[in-house]
Amino acid sequence: MRRQSVILGLLLGPVTLFLGVFFLLPLLIIALFSVLTPGLYGGVEWAFYHWNYGRVFGWADGITEIYEPVYLSILFRSLGFAAMTVGICLLLCYPVAFWVSRLPQRWRLVFLFLITLPFFSSLIVRLYAWLLILKPSGLLNGVLMATGLVEAPLEILYTPAAVVLGMVYVMIPFMFLPLYGAIDNLDRAQVEASLDLGATRVQTFVKVMLPQTLPGIMGGAVIVFIPSVGNFIVPDVLGGAKGLMIGNLVEQQFLSARNWPFGAALSMIIMSVVLVVLLTAVTRARKRSDTR
Amino acid sequence: MTALLEIRGARREFVTPEGGRLAALDGVDLDVGANEFVTLLGPSGCGKTTLLRAVSGFETLDGGTIRLDGADIAALPPFRRPVNTVFQSYALFGHMTVARNVGYALEVQGVPRATYEAEVAAALEKVGLSGLGGRKPSQLSGGQRQRVALARAIIAKPRLLLLDEPLSALDRNLRQQMQIELKALQHRLGIAFVFVTHDQEEALTMSDRIVVMRAGRIEQIGTPRDIYRQPKNRFVAEFIGETNLFPVLVERIEGATALARTDAGVVLAIPAEGRRAGERVTAILRPTDLALAGEGIRGTVTRAVYLGADLHLFVQPAAGGPEISVTTRDVASLPATGETVHLAHDPARVHLLAEA
Repeated sequence: MRRQSVILGLLLGPVTLFLGVFFLLPLLIIALFSVLTPGLYGGVEWAFYHWNYGRVFGWADGITEIYEPVYLSILFRSLGFAAMTVGICLLLCYPVAFWVSRLPQRWRLVFLFLITLPFFSSLIVRLYAWLLILKPSGLLNGVLMATGLVEAPLEILYTPAAVVLGMVYVMIPFMFLPLYGAIDNLDRAQVEASLDLGATRVQTFVKVMLPQTLPGIMGGAVIVFIPSVGNFIVPDVLGGAKGLMIGNLVEQQFLSARNWPFGAALSMIIMSVVLVVLLTAVTRARKRSDTR
Repeated sequence: MTALLEIRGARREFVTPEGGRLAALDGVDLDVGANEFVTLLGPSGCGKTTLLRAVSGFETLDGGTIRLDGADIAALPPFRRPVNTVFQSYALFGHMTVARNVGYALEVQGVPRATYEAEVAAALEKVGLSGLGGRKPSQLSGGQRQRVALARAIIAKPRLLLLDEPLSALDRNLRQQMQIELKALQHRLGIAFVFVTHDQEEALTMSDRIVVMRAGRIEQIGTPRDIYRQPKNRFVAEFIGETNLFPVLVERIEGATALARTDAGVVLAIPAEGRRAGERVTAILRPTDLALAGEGIRGTVTRAVYLGADLHLFVQPAAGGPEISVTTRDVASLPATGETVHLAHDPARVHLLAEA
């Protein structure tokens, strides 16, 4: 018994230490910084300062700044973009995952490999490729104009649409894999039973397939939603001013504005909001699957 | 009487992974009457499940017709056929309660709430599961799941219930109990059952008629007794129950019986009717048709298996040839292994196949 606990300690020790030093400690530092006074030239001064949160939620200090809901609107925009990313990824991936799960084994493996292919090159490079595709003189507009579908180049780049498009592109593998896992595990006999009992194909999808693949849907949604809310690289490259997201704001506070406490406060806000959204979504999904 | 289900010339081919063609159904004709319990029996790969799935709508035929009450249903999707299935794996909806599983067919039809509740309660009652409606399928035993699958399939009052090896996952005792219950339920409901199995004992116990299939064709259709006592060919004879097969040459006719001899020299008395000397036929004797006696086929006991009420003997004929299997009542003096015995039989109990 004692020997077992020693072995367990040896096995878990390094992981605990690693997570403690490189995950928990930084988190605590961020939490602490978020209520400290910004230093004049960056860094922090060790005095309590609640205006970091006040600037966002409605009590600006009134001297250097008058309250405006600009940060809140950026936060909500980010949540909206992330939700749209989740929705579009889901709509794109569900039928594809379904189709792939019906392929012969050999082709399924090929397809799963293709899904992971983008990870082999740098995200920044791939986003710049999108820049080249979307810009007014780029590939997309070239094709659209050559085929006569549009007269003037579409202004897609540096719009919210470009941001969502870019995020969908980045996040699709993360939605696809859990979804594919769930759909691949779908009990086909239950689908047949539903059809056999007189349910139409649509009823079968809603009443049997959707609830059974719900864990995959929720898993994919969570994995896509979290990094999407705080994403700053995609809006940086494709977003322009109108596509600014909360992640960019945090990045600016830490790097160019050198206001670490405000950046830390924004980070804490993102984290709490994401946590609340996810907990509600997951508990509601679980409740729904329990009742008719 | 017109049949409830009428299958004519059903054909279905599959392409094997090697690129060959395999006829899962090779011209099958079958009628099932209303209220009839018909069993499709055969080894795996004989096409019985394909035939069942063609009726439920999950398999399309390459040729032939399927009529239900005179109407061609071959083109209808599964959910438009007045036919329900009990699946081999039960295929219960794991995310729904037992009650909702049972009521599913009514739920998708949009049956009013009050009727729905009453019907679900009645269906649960019929299969002896009252009070378990609130559970999840995962909280039930194998036998209970089986009953849920049954209640779910009969709630919409189908004209025809299809059962795809529904008892194969149960242990022996439960299986035998369910066999009796299924037959009783079928009688009570007045629905025709088409039951698929590879277990000949199951088929004999429950069926009004048995359809023996092999390699996509029907070998024989008949009552359990017909199939057991008068198999049409070697395959049916060997597939249903234990059988002693004697390829014999008819030697001479003596009134109502004829004497026939195997190549090894075992002599049998067989019914003479329609026989002529010099003819080659196959004689079939079930183990219960042979008895220990003072005279008859002489042989040595190679193995004796005690079964309680019965004693099962394997006897090597002194003349040679394959061992003969005999079932006799438990008698006072049990023959031991190595002992010499004589086997007698009633010539009238011998069934003959024209093939040698």
